Amino acid sequence: MDDFLLRALLAGAAVALVAGPLGCFIVWRRMAYFGDALAHSALLGIVAGLLLGVAPLAGVAALCVIAAVILARAEADRSGGADSLLGILAHGSLALGLVLLSLMERVRVDLMGWLFGDILAVSDADMAWLWGGAALVLAVLASQWRSLVAAAVDEDLAVVEGHKVARARMVLMLLVALGVAAAMKVVGVMLVSAMLIIPAAAARRLARTPEQMAALAALAGLLAVGLGLGGSWLWDTPSGPSVVTVATALFLLSRTLSRR
Amino acid sequence: MSGGPLLRLAGIRLSHGGHPVLDHVDLTVEAGRIITVVGPNGAGKSSLLKVALGLLRPDAGRVERMAAVIGYVPQRLDIGRLLPLSVRRFLAMAVAERLDSGTLETVLDTVGAGHVLGRQVADLSGGELQRVLLARALLRRPDLLVLDEPVGGVDVAGQAELYDLITAQAREHGVGVLMVSHDLHVVMAATDHVVCLNRHVCCAGHPEAVSRHPEYLAMFGPRVAASLAIYTHAHDHGHGADGSVLPLEGGEDSHVHGPGCRHG
Repeated sequence: MDDFLLRALLAGAAVALVAGPLGCFIVWRRMAYFGDALAHSALLGIVAGLLLGVAPLAGVAALCVIAAVILARAEADRSGGADSLLGILAHGSLALGLVLLSLMERVRVDLMGWLFGDILAVSDADMAWLWGGAALVLAVLASQWRSLVAAAVDEDLAVVEGHKVARARMVLMLLVALGVAAAMKVVGVMLVSAMLIIPAAAARRLARTPEQMAALAALAGLLAVGLGLGGSWLWDTPSGPSVVTVATALFLLSRTLSRR
Repeated sequence: MSGGPLLRLAGIRLSHGGHPVLDHVDLTVEAGRIITVVGPNGAGKSSLLKVALGLLRPDAGRVERMAAVIGYVPQRLDIGRLLPLSVRRFLAMAVAERLDSGTLETVLDTVGAGHVLGRQVADLSGGELQRVLLARALLRRPDLLVLDEPVGGVDVAGQAELYDLITAQAREHGVGVLMVSHDLHVVMAATDHVVCLNRHVCCAGHPEAVSRHPEYLAMFGPRVAASLAIYTHAHDHGHGADGSVLPLEGGEDSHVHGPGCRHG
């Protein structure tokens, strides 16, 4: 097997393992638009990374974390208007990112690669970041699991029952931010939230417990990455859209399977 | 059975978006006593419970929670269909230790929902979910129950059973109960202390006294108040299934069971 393809598969697997469980919380807590907003603002992070001379992925991760903290604050205050704020933050920073990028004449950036994913150009450094980040995210997720599930059921009940809900919410936002940064490399800005939501939705019909759903979502993501990248390699289709197309097919399949 | 205070609120003030929601509200819940908060929509009843539970931070005032374990039944619970969660798991989440199926079945039986243990929470009807929520609160072996319209969506026969269950928790287990309710008839019958809330405490005291208070009459209107007056005067008799008046047998607590009545 080609070295590039193997590396791409490994990178995709790291993303799928993290995106599955994180995506479950996103659909449980109905914050699908949150992942989208983070991904859009991430483009500004790429520009920041280039301007400051650090790795774009580090810039993306930093910007996602900043955006997550702002959004978590906005959600916590419950005064409404959080969805408008999300929209402003998402598209405002996407637009600013594109404008700044066009002004940077000296730097050549593969814009298509960032928008739609360029998994076949994953470097060794990227790989270390992806697997290190994935291990960290999964470890934190496991340690906070009980509180996170309790808060997904009902935040007020979780507080009364002694869970640290505010902390769990912030941890989740930060983990999603890191997950988005990682998934961007594979499927691109435009399709990041698809990578989070679709495997989780595909897992829903076949799962009876939250844990089953998280595991099945990770599995669905792995399948989508494997088949999508394989197809992308064979027929020279863009990697991100290929992976998301397979994930969508898996979702439709799970609906037909569970209806019988 | 009544004991020390489990919850004390003093001078609570709360505003939401510039509008006052609660103004100088005082409230104490003692062990073994049932305190019911009544009032019109938007009176701040649910907000008051959330302040008591520490879910909302008041702008001013003091909240003291002496209760070690609190069971809470929210007004409604909105679990999305995308979260796979069985009733069994939902109940088990309420406490830290592992519970066997027998315990879970027993507590569901006491709220009349023994048949839903294996079902998914998202598939429950409104009344079933309400019963499960109450079971979940009881499972925690609370010394304070905080109930926000605990029988909403429950059928009429079930409502009486659940109120009996709540009353028994206070009378037999010394649990303090702080409850919001719209069922004025039941409230008046099974409550030790009524707090009539409309942002501030309009009046408070024994149900009989409150139901004659001019502020209370003004709030609920003469028609509701009159029907309550009839009810409170009706403590000395019961009704048969056909509506006929029956004398009460035995002590002051006894009531008449209809032919289809399963409790007691």
